[in-house]
Amino acid sequence: MARFVIRRLLQSGAVLLGVTLVVFLLLQLVPGDPVRVALGTRFDPQTYEALRARAGLDRPLVVQYFSYLGRALTGDLGVSFRSGRPVTSIVLERLPATLSLAVTAVVFAMLVAFPLGILSAMRSGSLLDHAARVFSQFGVSVPDFWMGIMGILLFAGVLGWLPPSGYVALTEDPLRWASHVVLPAATVGLVTASILTRFIRSSMLEVLSEDYVRTAEAKGLRTRVVVLRHVLRNALIPVVTVVAVQLASLLGGVIVIEVLFAWPGIGRLTYDAVQARDYPVLQGAILLVAALFLLVNLLVDMLYARLDPRITAR
Amino acid sequence: MSDVPVLAIEDLTVTIGTRRGPARAVAGVEWSVRAGQTLALVGESGSGKSMSMLAATGLAPRSARVTGRVHLLGTELTGLPDDQRRRMRGRHVGFVFQDPMISLNPVLTVGRQVTEAAEEHLGLTRRAARTRAVELLDLVGIPSAATRVDSYPHQFSGGMRQRVVIAMALACEPDLLIADEPTTALDVTTQAQIVELVADLQRRLGTAVVWITHDLGVVAGIADTVAVMYAGRILEQGSVDAVFANPSHPYTAALLAARPDPAAGGGELVTIQGSPPSPLDLPAGCAFWPRCPVRGDARCEHELPPLVPVSADHRVRTFYPHPADGESR
Repeated sequence: MARFVIRRLLQSGAVLLGVTLVVFLLLQLVPGDPVRVALGTRFDPQTYEALRARAGLDRPLVVQYFSYLGRALTGDLGVSFRSGRPVTSIVLERLPATLSLAVTAVVFAMLVAFPLGILSAMRSGSLLDHAARVFSQFGVSVPDFWMGIMGILLFAGVLGWLPPSGYVALTEDPLRWASHVVLPAATVGLVTASILTRFIRSSMLEVLSEDYVRTAEAKGLRTRVVVLRHVLRNALIPVVTVVAVQLASLLGGVIVIEVLFAWPGIGRLTYDAVQARDYPVLQGAILLVAALFLLVNLLVDMLYARLDPRITAR
Repeated sequence: MSDVPVLAIEDLTVTIGTRRGPARAVAGVEWSVRAGQTLALVGESGSGKSMSMLAATGLAPRSARVTGRVHLLGTELTGLPDDQRRRMRGRHVGFVFQDPMISLNPVLTVGRQVTEAAEEHLGLTRRAARTRAVELLDLVGIPSAATRVDSYPHQFSGGMRQRVVIAMALACEPDLLIADEPTTALDVTTQAQIVELVADLQRRLGTAVVWITHDLGVVAGIADTVAVMYAGRILEQGSVDAVFANPSHPYTAALLAARPDPAAGGGELVTIQGSPPSPLDLPAGCAFWPRCPVRGDARCEHELPPLVPVSADHRVRTFYPHPADGESR
């Protein structure tokens, strides 16, 4: 297991290096001059040149990249063009908001999708199964921002149960955090739940027709035992991938939802950085998202090995 | 030993609902098996031999409609609530399925799989179950059972896996062992070992065995009685000695003639022309009539022959017993 983890960590490092290169080069292709944007209307050639030199933008690309990489390795991702603050702290500040939203949304999605997916697979063709399929069709096809707006109108507007938007840190006031996270998490979670329900249902159906399930039934085990011990454990293996992909993409920040609910997460940060052509912040945000993505994948691979003994054997 | 058969089936009929209409997989099957005895169910794929066993024990697919009477140790199973039938099955019947590559759960250790039925039905604790698992694995001839108990199915060869499945079937010391073509997926030398193992365990434990197979060589070697099935019906049944000495149905005779005979040397094997009828569209008369080498008359085509006695322990379903002179040899 240790060797497996070390190997995967090295692989992840290589991928991350690739990400820095791609991000760096991509931003060179983006039109627009960040120094001009930073200066706004107070434009005079001398300040312009000075600022360009200070940001190192006058040096060759290769030099720019390697000096960026060297500093990145020590945790220095540069300073924001706009606010002049260190990118590392700007990005890390936004992490808790995104993290808490993503995790809440995925937990919500799993709480909905697991019972629904399992029951509809076990009673396939029943009314419940059809209802579950309509639900997941709805969740997949209706845009999340529209559901978000409807949620705000209903629960914040008409009923007045929840705040329409905003963010309170979990560490500051858990209850107020909860009341703020419900709407965005449910909006995002509904989409994830729809996707997940489908996967769980089809994965369960596939395993239910396996010979070893008949073996378990032949032993006269209770249905609950057959489903939980024999079916679910096998059905989970492909489902884990879907959960991980969903979680990883939510960790990247759900831009539309974060903007809609004024949620100060990574998505919102990315959006603002693009608007302001704040390259260092954008690079930092993308790098963080890539690192989180790789981390989730590493955890999933370790979980696989726990779930399926055939994997560690290889 | 009591006189009650371990398993007795009467007039068992299974109809499976399919998209193209009802398919009659099993029709009016009747047989019984006693403690220490082996019954062989013989037939081609789709003849209803496996389905009749699954239906009798409550394992038929949900789309199947099962009628008839099934007595397990004197208890009527067909009318029983699912939960009680599940307990009867788990406690008294052990199953060995065809392919050990797919009949074991890949994510559970073999020890766990071998004894989970004993935990459920005999109330064994996890610790006791583990000890029992080692005993059982040892019983079926798995070397160093004490360490292998924690291995996963993929760490065993095909033959060893089938031994695990047999150990699993024996976990509750069942009164009946159902072996559904347990050697088909194995190579020839392993086949012989598995057959020998089951026969040996049966002698030691006094279990009744139903052996589902299409291998007549195995039938001759281990079975006491045999039932030959075709298109869901029994065509011929009786003691192995009587049926093999005097195969009275043209189908049984053809099956026996189709066996390779080493004494006769090489040469081409005899085959039965054609293929079995679809269970969706069964003929009114004898289902074997279109392929029958005897090719009787219109009666065969339109009228179902009854199962009639040939001798005390031998019955056959045909208007034209083969050889034509009946038992006169």
